[in-house]
Amino acid sequence: MLIQSSGIGKGARMYSQGLIGASHEETETPEFLKAFQRRIDAEEKIEPNDPMPEAYRKTLIRQIGQHAHSEIVGMLPEGNWLTRAPSLKRKAILLSKVQDEGGHGLYLYAAAETLGVSREEMTEQLLAGRAKFSSIFNYPTLSWADIGAIGWLVDGAAIMNQIPLCRCSYGPYARAMIRICKEESFHQRQGYEIMLTLCRGTAAQKAMAQDALDRLWWPSLMMFGPHDSDSAHGEQSMKWKIKRFTNDELRQKFVDATVPQAEFLGLTVPDPELRWNEATGHYEFGAPDWDEFWRVVKGGGPMTRDRVAARRKAWEEGAWVREAALAHAAKRKARDAAAKTAAE
Amino acid sequence: MSNETPLWEVFIRPRNGLAHRHCGSVHAADATLALQAARDVYTRRGEGFSVWVVPSAAITASDPVSKSEMFEPAETKIYRHPTFYDIPDEVGHM
Repeated sequence: MLIQSSGIGKGARMYSQGLIGASHEETETPEFLKAFQRRIDAEEKIEPNDPMPEAYRKTLIRQIGQHAHSEIVGMLPEGNWLTRAPSLKRKAILLSKVQDEGGHGLYLYAAAETLGVSREEMTEQLLAGRAKFSSIFNYPTLSWADIGAIGWLVDGAAIMNQIPLCRCSYGPYARAMIRICKEESFHQRQGYEIMLTLCRGTAAQKAMAQDALDRLWWPSLMMFGPHDSDSAHGEQSMKWKIKRFTNDELRQKFVDATVPQAEFLGLTVPDPELRWNEATGHYEFGAPDWDEFWRVVKGGGPMTRDRVAARRKAWEEGAWVREAALAHAAKRKARDAAAKTAAE
Repeated sequence: MSNETPLWEVFIRPRNGLAHRHCGSVHAADATLALQAARDVYTRRGEGFSVWVVPSAAITASDPVSKSEMFEPAETKIYRHPTFYDIPDEVGHM
């Protein structure tokens, strides 16, 4: 049976990527849920039109939406330094990176849209403060070294989070993540190179690098989310293979990978409890300030208001462009149709 | 008319000799803008030399619910594969 998709709108039946507004009602009998879990356990990918529990769909919409918002909002702290990059080379690199973040946001919005939510709805949620974005982007970028530290630590933490997501059970999300991970590696390396350059520079430059590490270390560890015992969605997401590792497992991997990199730079990780444990083969480290984490997550971060305001400004000031483009397209369509009728 | 910017599916040919492959989607008001958006979003690192954009609404797709009636017939026809046939080794490569 072939079904002609009938356009974007409520109830439209579309089996391509475009599922915005598609109706999806599943009767979630125990058999249905069991059959779904069997597919997950067999490592089958779930694709847009497949039957899925409503909670699976909602969890993914929330997670992919937050992820997309983080990419888009993440353009702001770095965009702050575009006009002040210390050389043309660094400026070109930073521009490319910021453009990548925009692209990553778009891949992810498209992946979320396959679950039936529209880009407009997601944008409205962000602008209304109802959707979250990564806690790290609630912090300011005070010096050029912050751009280095963000690439090294923040993109490093993002890669740690994202590599397992390439095997996420939801096909469109996994495919978007594969693309993103391929591009993200450049982000981390360029950041580390900035840090390396500063650390091999003057004493003032090295101090600037240390200051950036001091401020961004703990917020980077917080990027992995709350402690496992406080993670609201953790267990179910693991069962559905949306997540492959717990928050604490990923945080440990990040510390293990990053501490030797800091040592190579000759910088000190700002954690008095940090020590190598020969027996476990892992670093032991202190706990982030969870009160600060929750304050930031709940919208009380130092830059939260500015970030959302900047997005709102961009959305509102771009409205006339979106409207004009649509009006132009409608006019051209009408003109073409009229010309066709006249020719017949 | 809806004020949502239409969705387009993007297909990219990585190089001559290969087919265009679906790589994602973009929102754009018209075909020209869709091509430009697809170029910016999907070919920042020389991923392709030819881009197609197709209005998502113009795609006719098979219904996943009727997947079995659609594709099952092929699964039972194993004689369509060369390995179904026993050819003595003495005959050599065939």
